Amino acid sequence: MRRTADAVVIGGGVIGAAIAYNLLKLGMKDVVLCEKATFCSGSTGRCGAGVREQWGSKGNCLLAKASIDMFERLADELDYPHDLEFKQKGYLILAHTEKEWTQFQKNVALQNSLGIRSRLCTPEEAREIVPALNTEGMLGATYNARDGHANPFHVTRAYLTAAERMGADINYFTEVTAIQVSGGKVKAAVTNKGTIEAPIVINAAGPWAKPVAEMVGVDLPLFTQRHQILVTEPVGWILDPMVMSFSIGIYCQQTPHGSLIMGIGDPHEPKGYDIGHSWQFLRDMSRIITRLLPVLKDVRVVRQWSGLYTVTPDAHPILGGVPGLDGYLQAVGFSGHGFMLAPAVGRIIAEMALGMEPFLDVSNLDAGRFERGEYNVEPSVV
Amino acid sequence: MARTDDDIIVCRCEDVSLGEIRRAIAEGATTLDEIRRITRAGMGPCQGRTCRLLIASELARKTGKQVGEILPSTFRPPMKPVTMGSLAELGEEEDR
Repeated sequence: MRRTADAVVIGGGVIGAAIAYNLLKLGMKDVVLCEKATFCSGSTGRCGAGVREQWGSKGNCLLAKASIDMFERLADELDYPHDLEFKQKGYLILAHTEKEWTQFQKNVALQNSLGIRSRLCTPEEAREIVPALNTEGMLGATYNARDGHANPFHVTRAYLTAAERMGADINYFTEVTAIQVSGGKVKAAVTNKGTIEAPIVINAAGPWAKPVAEMVGVDLPLFTQRHQILVTEPVGWILDPMVMSFSIGIYCQQTPHGSLIMGIGDPHEPKGYDIGHSWQFLRDMSRIITRLLPVLKDVRVVRQWSGLYTVTPDAHPILGGVPGLDGYLQAVGFSGHGFMLAPAVGRIIAEMALGMEPFLDVSNLDAGRFERGEYNVEPSVV
Repeated sequence: MARTDDDIIVCRCEDVSLGEIRRAIAEGATTLDEIRRITRAGMGPCQGRTCRLLIASELARKTGKQVGEILPSTFRPPMKPVTMGSLAELGEEEDR
C-alpha cells in the first residue's frame, strides 16, 4: 500500500469505486482506495440491483437520469470483459391508494418537466406491460421504459478494475481507523496497514459513513436499517419491468439471468447493524407477491439475505464537503438507492475533489441542509 | 482442441468451470464471496453445497493458505429451494 496519495477513498462499494475511477479519469494521479473487507461487501452487494429515473424529487430525478445516461455506455467506457447485465425494460410502479395516485400524477409531471419520459397507465395498460399482473384494487401505475437493472458486483468491479488500470491502489481488508486533521485541513488516513498521507479523504463508507465522519468530528444525521431480500431459481420469462409498490412496500424484478429478486420495506424494522434473516420475511414476501403475480406460486426461492439502508431524514444522499474542514468530502446516506445514483455521484464528487464545478448542481444536498431546515422528503421509496 | 482440467465444471448449478474460477483468482480474488460475485459459482439452487469445498481447495492451492483459512460465505435459508406458494402458507405464530 502506498504511503502518500493525492486522495484516499474510503469504501469499496459502488460509490467509492465510481469516485476512484472518476478521480483518475479527470486527471488525478495518485488515488488510494481502502475497503475494510472486499468489494461490494457492504450495501452494494446486497441491493436490489434496480436503476430508475422515476423519483419524486428534482434532485433524485436528475442524479438518476444522468446516471442512466452513463450506465448506457458504461461497459464500453470501462472496457470490462464481463457482462454488466444492464437491461432497460422499465419500472412499473403501482398505485393502490388515492394518496399515491395523486402523488404519482405530480411525480410524472415533475419527471416529464426534467426530460424523463415516464407516463401514467390505467390498470389495463399496466397488464399489457406485465400480463402476469393481478390488477385487482389497482388505481393505475406509472411506467418508464428507460429504467431497469444492472449487476452491482460487476458494475463495481468494472469501476475498480478500470481505476486500477489507470494507476489506482486498491486495498482490501484495509480499514481506516482515524483521519488526521491539522489546522482545519485533512492530512492523512490511518489504517490497520499503516498511514497514508493525503490532502483529500473521501467518505464513501456506506453503512459505516457515520463512524467515519465522526473521525473528523462531523455528526451525520444517518441511521442504518436492515432490508430483507430474496432470489428465486432462474425461470423462463415472466416479466420485463421491475414491479414496485410504495404503499405495499415491495419491489420485484426478473434479472437477465432469469432469477427474480424481490424485497419488502418493513416500517417496524429497528435501526441498527443487524443483517440476519427471518422466516417471517419469506412468508410475508411470498404472500404479497403471489397475490400481485400469482404465477410466482410455483417458483422456488433459493436464497434470502439482507443488507443495510443508510437513511437520511429526507431520503436523499449527503454530498460534498463540510465548512471549515479542507480536504474532507462525503458521498453518504443514499437511503436505499445508492447503486443507481453511483455513476453521476462518482463524477460529481471527483469534480469537487479537483476543485471543478460539478456537472450537476448538488449544493442543496449538502450536510448543512438539515440544520437550515431546507429539505423535502423523497416520497417514492420502498 | 485437447480438453484440460480448466474445462471441468465446478459449479453445476450455474455452469461454472474450473478455468473461470482460476481466472477470478488470477484477477485477485482471495475469498469465496469474491469468486461467487464474479462467476456466480455457488449462487444456484444448491447454494454451493457441491462447489464450495472445491473452490476453497483451489483458492488454498493458489494462495498458499490452508483450506480452513479461506473465509467462508454466509449460509442463508432456505436449506432447499421452496416454492413461494408453500412459503405463503406458513402460519401466523411467532409473528413479527
